[in-house]
Amino acid sequence: MIEVKGLSKRFGSTQVLTDISAVFKPGMINQVIGKSGSGKSVLAKCIVGLHVPEEGEVLYDGRSFHHLEKDEKRQVRQEIGMLFQGSALFDSLTVIENVMFPLRMFGVMEPGAMRERAELCLQRVSIEPEKNKLFPSEISGGMQKRVGIARAIAMQPKYLLCDEPNSGLDPQTSIVIDQLIAELTEEYGITTIVITHDMNSVMETGDNIIFIHEGRKHWKGGREELLHTDNPELSAFVYASGLMKRVKKAMGG
Amino acid sequence: MDAGLGPWLPPQVPPDIFGPLQRMRILFHIGRYFQLMGEVFGRPERLGVYWRRIIEEIDLLGVKSLGIVAMLSAFMGAVIALQTKSNINSPLISDTLVGFATRQSTILEFSPTIIALILAGKVGSTVAAEIGSMRVKEQIDALDIMGVNSAGYLILPKVIAAVLIFPFLIIMSMFLSVFGGYLIVAATGIISTSAYQTGIRMDFMPFSITYALIKTEVFAFIITTVSGYHGYYTQGGTREVGISSTTAVVYSIVAIIISNFVLTKLLLA
Repeated sequence: MIEVKGLSKRFGSTQVLTDISAVFKPGMINQVIGKSGSGKSVLAKCIVGLHVPEEGEVLYDGRSFHHLEKDEKRQVRQEIGMLFQGSALFDSLTVIENVMFPLRMFGVMEPGAMRERAELCLQRVSIEPEKNKLFPSEISGGMQKRVGIARAIAMQPKYLLCDEPNSGLDPQTSIVIDQLIAELTEEYGITTIVITHDMNSVMETGDNIIFIHEGRKHWKGGREELLHTDNPELSAFVYASGLMKRVKKAMGG
Repeated sequence: MDAGLGPWLPPQVPPDIFGPLQRMRILFHIGRYFQLMGEVFGRPERLGVYWRRIIEEIDLLGVKSLGIVAMLSAFMGAVIALQTKSNINSPLISDTLVGFATRQSTILEFSPTIIALILAGKVGSTVAAEIGSMRVKEQIDALDIMGVNSAGYLILPKVIAAVLIFPFLIIMSMFLSVFGGYLIVAATGIISTSAYQTGIRMDFMPFSITYALIKTEVFAFIITTVSGYHGYYTQGGTREVGISSTTAVVYSIVAIIISNFVLTKLLLA
């Protein structure tokens, strides 16, 4: 479980996050939603320790991350998998080398076992074995995302963070990625946090959703409650698209 | 790196090194550079992985610079020989001075310093652009989140590779420069080749080579760390990668010139 308590972050004189508190539970898809520029990605970077918050703390199963010693932080980080918006695969490494990278860096396995584990992870995200020797630039965006997921789960993480996993993908591939994240979360009992502004993704997989607006938490709940919200900012966000407006009309709203 | 690398850092500016804005920022950069060096020389995760990267970097930074270093050195030696001869008007000065001057200027200054300046351009921009691209594509964030010491993983192999391979490049440069002088003397007949050969053997002090190699090691360290620093703290997109690359080259050159003066004063004066 990841717990965020009273987290505030500012850059210079700009307050980006104010007093955010949330609990992200294991085995379900926890989503952080909000408009572009609302502070979602900054929240994600505070959670994984790339940004240091001015106030508040992030607890990984009770361990206050920002108060840990350097070696303890490193230990916690090895339990975190992260999928980046742009996949962040290493250009100079092949698909399989990218997945093997964290295993190789921390020497947790013998070379043969490492390869087997990487192949298993790639197989789990439906990457055909003949793609293993290609470089990231030689595969499609959707495949890069899947390789990114394979790399994130290679170390069998307890926590998985996905920063806008659907950005730049077509609706069909987006659903495949969402379902894959949901399956892995359930299968391994991972605490998964998905940062997104994609309503399809929210309606497809969101179990525990928090809505961030102008750096503050405005709402929390499930996807069913989301559709019947009376929060004006959230309502404007949810029903921004023509499709969602039609859904609202069909529901009698 | 635990510290965030986000937008509170001063924005990047083109390398106007004498501008008032840059003068105010210089202390900030020096402090952050030494902080980064602390990370670079921190405990590596796995030496085996670093070893492989060092070999790759030796190829990228050293072996792939052989051509340009060889060509520049040969022409440099030829020009020194021609210019020295064209400036000797007195019949009292022996022709052996041409060989002597070519050897001395090559070993003491041209090979270690001028080649280092060329390498600052070639290697420095490569290092800054490579690391800068990794920063803007969030690959460095990915390393940090995995718990990898990203500064050490990316910069340390480049530093070790440059420190190992640059002395060989400079020794090769010295040889080719003196040989370039010999070839031009032989081709043009401005002096006899035997006078040139006598000149290059005259009053040779082995410490000159030591002095040149000490300078080379310092310059190798400066080029890789200064460029690594600028690449590592790149912010923004592809335009900023270009700015980082240019800034890295300018600062490396300035640092080389200043340290050249300091080392000469310490070792020779």
